[in-house]
Amino acid sequence: MPRMTVNGEAVDAAAEPRLLLSDFLRHTLGLTGTHVGCEHGVCGACTVLIDGRPARSCLALAVQCEGAEVVTVEGLEEGVLHAAFRRHFALQCGFCTAGILMSLTAFLRETPRPTEREVREVLSGHLCRCTGYTPIVAAALDAADA
Amino acid sequence: MKPAPFDYLRPASLGEALEALASDGAMALAGGQSLIAMLNMRLARPDLLVDIVHLPELRGRGLRVGAAVRQAELAGLHPLIDRALPHVGHYQTRSRSTFCGSVAHADPAAELPLCVVALGGRVHLASARGERTVEAAAFFEGPLMTAREEDELIAAVELPPPDPRAGYAFREVALRHGDFALAAFAAVADADGVRLAVGGVADTPVVLDGLAIDPDAIDARDDFHADAAYRRRLVDRVGRATVEEALACRA
Repeated sequence: MPRMTVNGEAVDAAAEPRLLLSDFLRHTLGLTGTHVGCEHGVCGACTVLIDGRPARSCLALAVQCEGAEVVTVEGLEEGVLHAAFRRHFALQCGFCTAGILMSLTAFLRETPRPTEREVREVLSGHLCRCTGYTPIVAAALDAADA
Repeated sequence: MKPAPFDYLRPASLGEALEALASDGAMALAGGQSLIAMLNMRLARPDLLVDIVHLPELRGRGLRVGAAVRQAELAGLHPLIDRALPHVGHYQTRSRSTFCGSVAHADPAAELPLCVVALGGRVHLASARGERTVEAAAFFEGPLMTAREEDELIAAVELPPPDPRAGYAFREVALRHGDFALAAFAAVADADGVRLAVGGVADTPVVLDGLAIDPDAIDARDDFHADAAYRRRLVDRVGRATVEEALACRA
């Protein structure tokens, strides 16, 4: 019974040890905004924030998050990042978008004035097969400027 | 992909953790960024995972990096580690993965084991039977194989203090940023000469004399991504460039 907060709300639901955080969020809590791609930590689609730091939820067990604060894409406030993604058409199919928004939320908080190279380094942890990344980089830099 | 069932323990003390790790089929879990991927693919099937990352005894101090220290916390610790860190996994994995975990996993292409060997670090092991220390050069025995016994935990990895007059350089060649290195190089240039540690080429990190690099002296690996001849060529070209950078950075 891991006790944690998810998007600010206390959660107290049963999870057997082998349950991945990604499946706990999607199946147990019904938070399907977190997408699951590769399930071995390569694609970045399932990225969430654990205690404010970006993490692959497929590489975390729900039980490891006992006492942690977890934030998913549902817990993000609509703001400059979302607006910049819309303005730059920084998504097409949208499968990778939730994870990228989580990474960039943490990154821009730590690095409010990043270089393009730094943004690209962060995005190297996410696979996007639609956009070619260019509009995502533009949106991130635009959001940082805002 | 779901892991096979296992039990999970979050011990309250290091003693309790070591006691649990002495049982058959027990494995330590720290950041989990390699282990949980292996659980998902069922390459690892432990009976018990002992979550050690919350233990205050495993925080370490300064250059004695404890098992609970995440890679994202390493910035500023040592000039060579600072240069290597951007190549280690991704921003999204460094937030959880640990320094000691990377050393324990012993992937032949991993950057942190390479740095530990280049610097001549030491691995502190603890078990219910006692403690011992192994020099990094003797710790790595093969791909994913180390001198650690099954019931032992890497309690800390210790690095020698940085030499302010030395030059440090790190380079690697990978298909994409953050991918496993086809070849990785860590060079230390000091009063004794230049040590060039090479990762990703042989089954373990290998140390060469940076001023007399002989790529043929390395038992280079062939795999899907690069053949042995290409890896040796990287040692000749990129290894040499890493040595030159370390020499240029020397005070």
